Amino acid sequence: MGKRIIVDPITRIEGHLRIEVEIEGGQVVDAWSSAQMFRGIEMILKGRDPRDAHHFVQRSCGVCTYVHSIASVRAVDDAFKVKIPKNARLIRNMLHGAQYLHDHLVHFYHLHALDWVDVVSALSADPQKTAALADSVSGADVGGAVYFKSVQQRLKTFVDSGQLGPFSNAYWGHPAYKLPPEANLMACAHYIEALRLQARTARLHAIFGGKNPHPQSLVVGGVTCQASLTADHIAEFLYVTKETQDFVKNVYLPDVLAVASFYKDWGGIGGTQNFLAYGDFPRTEQEPESLYLPRGVVMKRNLAGVGMVDPAKITEDVTRSWYENGSPKHPYEGETKPLAEDPKYEPNKGKYSWIKAPRYDGASCEVGPLARVLVAYGKGHQDIKPLVDKALTQLSIPATALFSTLGRTAARAIETVAVGDALQEWTMELVENIKSGDTKTYEPYEIPDSGRGMGLNDVPRGALGHWIDVKDKKINNYQYVVPSTWNLSPRDGKNQRSPVEEALIGTPVADPKQPLEILRTVHSFDPCIACAVHVIDPQSNQTYKVNVI
Amino acid sequence: MDKKEQFYQRLEQRGVSRRDFMRYCTFLTATMGLSASFVPKVAEVFAAPKQRPPVIWLNFGECTGCTEAMLRTVYPYADELVLEILSVEYHETIMAAAGHQAEEQLQAALKKHSGKFICVAEGAIPTKYNGGYGRIGGRTFLEIAQEVIPQAAATICIGTCASFGGIQAAKPNPGGYMGVGQALKMKTINIPGCPPNPVNLVGTIVNYLLLGKLPAVDDMGRPLFAYGKTIHDQCPRRSHFENEEFVEEFGSKEAALGYCLYKMGCRGPETYNNCPVAKFNDGTSWPVEAGHPCIGCSEPDFWDKMTPFYEEF
Repeated sequence: MGKRIIVDPITRIEGHLRIEVEIEGGQVVDAWSSAQMFRGIEMILKGRDPRDAHHFVQRSCGVCTYVHSIASVRAVDDAFKVKIPKNARLIRNMLHGAQYLHDHLVHFYHLHALDWVDVVSALSADPQKTAALADSVSGADVGGAVYFKSVQQRLKTFVDSGQLGPFSNAYWGHPAYKLPPEANLMACAHYIEALRLQARTARLHAIFGGKNPHPQSLVVGGVTCQASLTADHIAEFLYVTKETQDFVKNVYLPDVLAVASFYKDWGGIGGTQNFLAYGDFPRTEQEPESLYLPRGVVMKRNLAGVGMVDPAKITEDVTRSWYENGSPKHPYEGETKPLAEDPKYEPNKGKYSWIKAPRYDGASCEVGPLARVLVAYGKGHQDIKPLVDKALTQLSIPATALFSTLGRTAARAIETVAVGDALQEWTMELVENIKSGDTKTYEPYEIPDSGRGMGLNDVPRGALGHWIDVKDKKINNYQYVVPSTWNLSPRDGKNQRSPVEEALIGTPVADPKQPLEILRTVHSFDPCIACAVHVIDPQSNQTYKVNVI
Repeated sequence: MDKKEQFYQRLEQRGVSRRDFMRYCTFLTATMGLSASFVPKVAEVFAAPKQRPPVIWLNFGECTGCTEAMLRTVYPYADELVLEILSVEYHETIMAAAGHQAEEQLQAALKKHSGKFICVAEGAIPTKYNGGYGRIGGRTFLEIAQEVIPQAAATICIGTCASFGGIQAAKPNPGGYMGVGQALKMKTINIPGCPPNPVNLVGTIVNYLLLGKLPAVDDMGRPLFAYGKTIHDQCPRRSHFENEEFVEEFGSKEAALGYCLYKMGCRGPETYNNCPVAKFNDGTSWPVEAGHPCIGCSEPDFWDKMTPFYEEF
């Protein structure tokens, strides 16, 4: 019997997550993932105007802002049988692409990096050597010994003040940190640059969406920013995209590969077996054929056999979640009744999380950047395959290393490069469309008395589905199955672990009191727990029944 | 070289001239309703603070959008807030420590700064089932709030959730969620918005650092410098409202001309905030400018009171 440790709160994520592991012989032999908060947005939606849904669900998450809004309007467009105009599709994709850029940058630098980078070690770096390292790994035009020295001085002043703020009581000096001081200093400088950049990148949403977080120009039927289809708005959008993409290509991806080169053993830690991607960024009205990021499923790591995705194979199991039991059901047929009590945490044999356990064809599936990149790679994607091959060559690691925490982290950076380039193309497509005389952004519609709709999306954290059933012009039922629901669920009725629980097994732990290595893998999934929790009214025990046509 | 000079030098290195910085301080001072004679003092708060004031940031039932909104601050940038202006003792979204180390850090900060820290609270607190719908480190949000907040020198609720309950408190409020002040039966400074403009929080903190007290507030605890007027009274489309030039359908030629969105469901007349003037993301835009009506996101219970959003009031 190994030693059980609990890490709660998991910090540097969105939401409230508890991770418990069993450690034996210096490594994790079992793991349990528990969401610790419940809000109830799906219940809150019942009976409301379907056109309002996207505003409500957008507040599932402010880190994953925008994504639920677009998933929702797509589902309601489907339910109302509205075909949005080309400009609306382009603008929605552009805002979505902007979210990829912003979200992945912030994730790597501000949520994940401190698992790989030792800030205190940066204080002993040689600025000259740091500049040489930076020049050798990237094409960033901000650098030089004077620059790195000033960053170092800033950190030194901060540390000398004795007020360590967010760096207090952490894991500095832990043996699992492997970067030399110069790499640490370089990463710290980039952490600060990325923190500044993201404030500007967020303007992409404000240009066509009014603000970020929670842009406000999507509607059922299209977008509202009719008056923003002007040269200055588009030029500004292109300008900010280019500035961001320069950083992504010259700093973010090179940093990830540079860090990876010191952590190659993590190419054998933190992997899962099955990968699901709905795909996204429709380039025409045809889905899934025109999706820039393709749809597909990879089972048992078989990249040669990328399968088709059948949404009917999605079920949600609540055996180990804080809901009354029932057999696994498709979201449309859910009969879920949350426990109307203060939940008891019982990971060994009982219920231990607010997240339900989604399964595809009965199997636990990872979603997110790695799933998308693997599906794209398996399908020979013209942009993603070369990026992956280049990274593997540069690091001299085999393709099997992709199935790991390192692979997941690299995939996030790789897809950012691809999406950022594509984003500029889509913007130019918008320009051409407007030049041709088409300035339509909205398709009027009549609200039907009843209808059902589904939106399948692939957003920065992974595969996202929204389902709506409308009756008497009101929301009769609304369900969503979210990326972190897939990745961070508890076990299911067959005791199959979720992706994160499986990934944690085999993680080396140098010191059970300092969970650095555990954080490294958990963070690689980019958890968003507010999104993940699937909630239904505890009082009324509402049953959700929606028939799929 | 003294600290102030170092600060200006750092700004120059980042392409921010001293003039740009002073212009920002003037903007912030004006936003806060202080007279121009305060401008040098606001600059001093940013340039050469004495021992950095401690801040404990608590995250409850929320979407973390308010934290993200704060990260969008430009002048000062988030790194300057964290490294040079404030001492952010505890913030789960950015802190390096996790689990026991995070819990220890919170306790250490409370012990060291009891009675002297600013508490920023984000998210609402569930009260049903003993508060069991929200836990951190095994303790309910309510227990944590009850331990930390009474020890704060000042508590600022950021966002509509912490201020008034927010989305999870909308009908039927499955978790019994309520705003932090209501849950603790105390008065708080409230910076509502979903999420709010970071300028409003920065302005409130600067007021506190500068004048040693929190700004004047309305009867809902909202600083008057930001929430003293309605959107409608500050809206650049107001003349269209007066001339009865309305958008009646999205995508129409009236929409392209930027006519008034009242008939599309705009809640500007009922909403107190400074969005049209401060605008979001370094003055880039705001919902009405993006062609979408205001949804009233800084008002209590707006999810119930302002819906359906697309029906004229």
